[in-house]
Amino acid sequence: MGGFPILSLMLLVPLLGAIACLKLEAPAARTVALGATLIDFVLGMVLWANFDIGGAQWQFVERYEIFSAFSYALGIDGIALVLIILSVFLMPICIGASWISVNKRVGEYMAAFLLMETLMIGVFAAQDIYLFYIMFEAGLIPMYLIIGVWGGDNRIYASYKFFLYTLLGSVVMLIAMLWMVNEAGTTDIPTLMAYDFAPGVQTWLWLAFFCSFAVKMPMYPVHTWLPDAHVQAPTAGSIILAGVLLKMGGYGFIRFSLPMFPEASAQFAPLIFALSMLAVVITSLIALVQHDMKKLIAYSSVAHMAIVTLGLFAFNVQGLEGSMLIMLSHGLCSGALFLCVGVIYDRLHTREIARYGGLAINMPRYALFFLLFTMGSIGLPGTSGFVGEFLCLGGVYQVSTWVALVGTTGIILGAAYMLYLYRRVVFGEAKNADAAAMPDLTLREYLMMIPLGLAVLWMGVYPESFIAPMRQDIAALDARLARAKPSYDPKLVMGAGKPATAHESAGHGEAHAEGAH
Amino acid sequence: MDFAHSLRLIAPEETLSVASLVLLLVAAWSGDKAARLISILAVAVLVTCMALVVPALSNGLAGPDVTAFGGQYRADAFASFAKLLIYGSSAAALIIAPAFFDRLGQMRAEYPVLILLAALGMGMMASAGDLLTLYIGLELNSLASYVLAAFLRTDGRSAESGLKYFVLGALASGILLFGVSLIYGFTGTTSFPGISAALAGGVSAGAVFGIVFVLAGLAFKIAAVPFHMWTPDVYEGAPTPVTTFFATASKASALALLMRVALEAFGSQADTWRQIVIFAALASIVVGALGAIGQTNIKRLMAYSSINNVGFVLIGLAIATPQGAAAMLTYLVIYIAMSLGGFVAILMLKDEEGRPVEAIVNLSGLSRTRPWLALALAMVMFSLAGIPPLFGFWGKFVVFQAAVQAGFIPLAAIGIAASVIGAFYYLKVVKIMYFDEPAGVVTGQSDVAHRALLIAMALVMSPLGYLLTKWLDGLATTAANTLFLAV
Repeated sequence: MGGFPILSLMLLVPLLGAIACLKLEAPAARTVALGATLIDFVLGMVLWANFDIGGAQWQFVERYEIFSAFSYALGIDGIALVLIILSVFLMPICIGASWISVNKRVGEYMAAFLLMETLMIGVFAAQDIYLFYIMFEAGLIPMYLIIGVWGGDNRIYASYKFFLYTLLGSVVMLIAMLWMVNEAGTTDIPTLMAYDFAPGVQTWLWLAFFCSFAVKMPMYPVHTWLPDAHVQAPTAGSIILAGVLLKMGGYGFIRFSLPMFPEASAQFAPLIFALSMLAVVITSLIALVQHDMKKLIAYSSVAHMAIVTLGLFAFNVQGLEGSMLIMLSHGLCSGALFLCVGVIYDRLHTREIARYGGLAINMPRYALFFLLFTMGSIGLPGTSGFVGEFLCLGGVYQVSTWVALVGTTGIILGAAYMLYLYRRVVFGEAKNADAAAMPDLTLREYLMMIPLGLAVLWMGVYPESFIAPMRQDIAALDARLARAKPSYDPKLVMGAGKPATAHESAGHGEAHAEGAH
Repeated sequence: MDFAHSLRLIAPEETLSVASLVLLLVAAWSGDKAARLISILAVAVLVTCMALVVPALSNGLAGPDVTAFGGQYRADAFASFAKLLIYGSSAAALIIAPAFFDRLGQMRAEYPVLILLAALGMGMMASAGDLLTLYIGLELNSLASYVLAAFLRTDGRSAESGLKYFVLGALASGILLFGVSLIYGFTGTTSFPGISAALAGGVSAGAVFGIVFVLAGLAFKIAAVPFHMWTPDVYEGAPTPVTTFFATASKASALALLMRVALEAFGSQADTWRQIVIFAALASIVVGALGAIGQTNIKRLMAYSSINNVGFVLIGLAIATPQGAAAMLTYLVIYIAMSLGGFVAILMLKDEEGRPVEAIVNLSGLSRTRPWLALALAMVMFSLAGIPPLFGFWGKFVVFQAAVQAGFIPLAAIGIAASVIGAFYYLKVVKIMYFDEPAGVVTGQSDVAHRALLIAMALVMSPLGYLLTKWLDGLATTAANTLFLAV
């Protein structure tokens, strides 16, 4: 693939599609949007196929010095690769999800989505810190319009909240970036990842980045924009919000906070743990009492993302790999769940849980898919959710058994609120005549559900396909973090395998006990 | 320096003076029928003057070779940079005017002549090397501007705007002159290098008063808080092409003058005036943003937006480094492109009978009735808010970059956090245009000149603008460095 600028092409295709859509009438705009996203999906597959696992850390590198103060530099490692694959996989589904339900101002809608795709790929592919910032921030504009124009009743409030919250978080990060570039003398992300900032300064820089990524993630006290935005956004907006935009926060932590400020990350790990533990328990409990399906899934997203942050700050390979897998799995599962909500919303135009019930009777195939994604979200073995959560909590367990204990309650509570949702919507009697009269999935909906279902199962059964490209990068990150690794509370002592050494290890145990006294 | 050399250096001023007098005579003899012809000729004159000043900028000229009349006038790279902006925006103010005034039958021949005279004064402000040149340039510009603000004789708001501008402008000039007299009294000279040398050893209390009064007078001209009160009224009342002229050319010249005075004359005592500028910068950002939130008239909103933007420019001045000055110039270029785009879009907001639409509520649902106009206005708003990927972000970026490089991190952090307040009201305009139901008021046809200018400005504001950054950065750095060499 040598010199072929495939990443630029992936940015260009949706951008051109967006410009074309602005001028087109509804049917043509839909076709163009679907075509552009499918082309990008194919390019994404080409990218994956040509990614040299175990090769250079940064591949498909492009660099043009066409701007002052920063350069147009693209390039991906395994972490960015899997997130780009997730984005290009979800985009055609988003377009499909809005094929019929969006019927006003279709051209502009499709243009906003395609622009969003360009910016998402740009965020993951940027190798220049300012280019990253521009792409990261620019995503606010199309998302603001998507929520505000095509959203629900309270869309104006939600769009403002989304925009201002995330903007305030990001501008602080910009100041930190300016400082870092001034100090390190480069805007190149790989170089900055290896640059050692003084630990005292790292604290401030870390906090500035935290402002932005914590809002984007979203972490517990600053998550309140998410339920509003999700509830008000159209189905496809929710899919892309949950599927990809939230991943930008996690990507930010793994790309910037951890490798650039290892000492500060270790210093603030207790803060992250505390916020994440609170988030897991509180948002799960909040999810349990929701009457609105989208809100329930939105709160479940916050809980899942909290497990991601736990794993990221566990400072070990399992935690990091687990976090990446949860992000991918959550992108698929929660995207799919929002799609499931969208399917019945299109038929009944309400998200109120109580208005449904007994859908298994009249929509058995829908019920099947909904069950699969529910299980994926809960983390049933064999689905994508299990692998990530298991690795993540395993990684956290090495750091702190207590944190792992609280984190695990998230899985239990997750099972509770998801199964409770499923029972109320799909099982039981058909209480409402109009809900009972809804037809089962259409061909268009099958075409969206089946790829998602297969991906969920694939990731659950053979996660190696997704871990393999990132393994080397995660190992490099772990090596980078080694110097700041906090001491672990379980103080595991390897069990003695043979009687011959039993005496010795008992002696060790005594010494240890004495030391403790 | 011989006299002939000096006369060669002031070629743009000579051209403008002669041209404006000749055109005045043409206007006197042929009356308002010739207004359009005079406008076209005036644009040609301004373009010629732009061509005359280009060499100084591209060669980065500075120092005694380009100093005329014993240091009273400079034709250096900085002056050229500012003059390109001034003459360019003056030409734009001429191009957009006929479509506006024709409807009212007020396209009179004085308009282009007044613009030329104002541009002449502005050019002298940017070239000033002496407090007296400064004052002459400023007054020439101001007198023409007062008349321009009141140009619509039959419109009460326009007359009020002219009167307000005149009274407050005269007050500001008085304050400025008082400061000048104090400076002269305590340093014994009115030339910028002389003042700089006299202050280098230390600054006396009287000179500090002088500096404060001069800065206060200039703060009036750039509409920085706390001397901003005239701006919304004047911007709202003045005819829109004149408002455009105030927001672009006047702003550029006043800021160029402020940079000359602050960095050249008082540059050796930056610590003395830094606090004042920091206060004015942050106060302008906050007051501009908060004041804009409650506005219902789009021109008033743009006035508050200009106050807000001046605050960001002043951050570049507060740090008083060559990077800061270069950042100010870059910001200024981008701001002028945005304001020009914004005001041209406002000029294109017309109802069925061609009357201008200024109430923000009447823009409801503009994206459905006039999608491209709405898109352009939304780009202006997002760009003014500094949201990437629009080019407005770059202006804020360079200013904050310079601040961080100079070690003013708290200033940068507070400034950028306050910019989020500003984002709110820009978002409000986008919300009204995109989210609300169409009001169907804006239906009038647009003029070709307006459309062409808007498309050009939209292209600059779009991400394509970033392709200009290398070139812009180079020019701004060249121009800014001459300010620091001159001493």
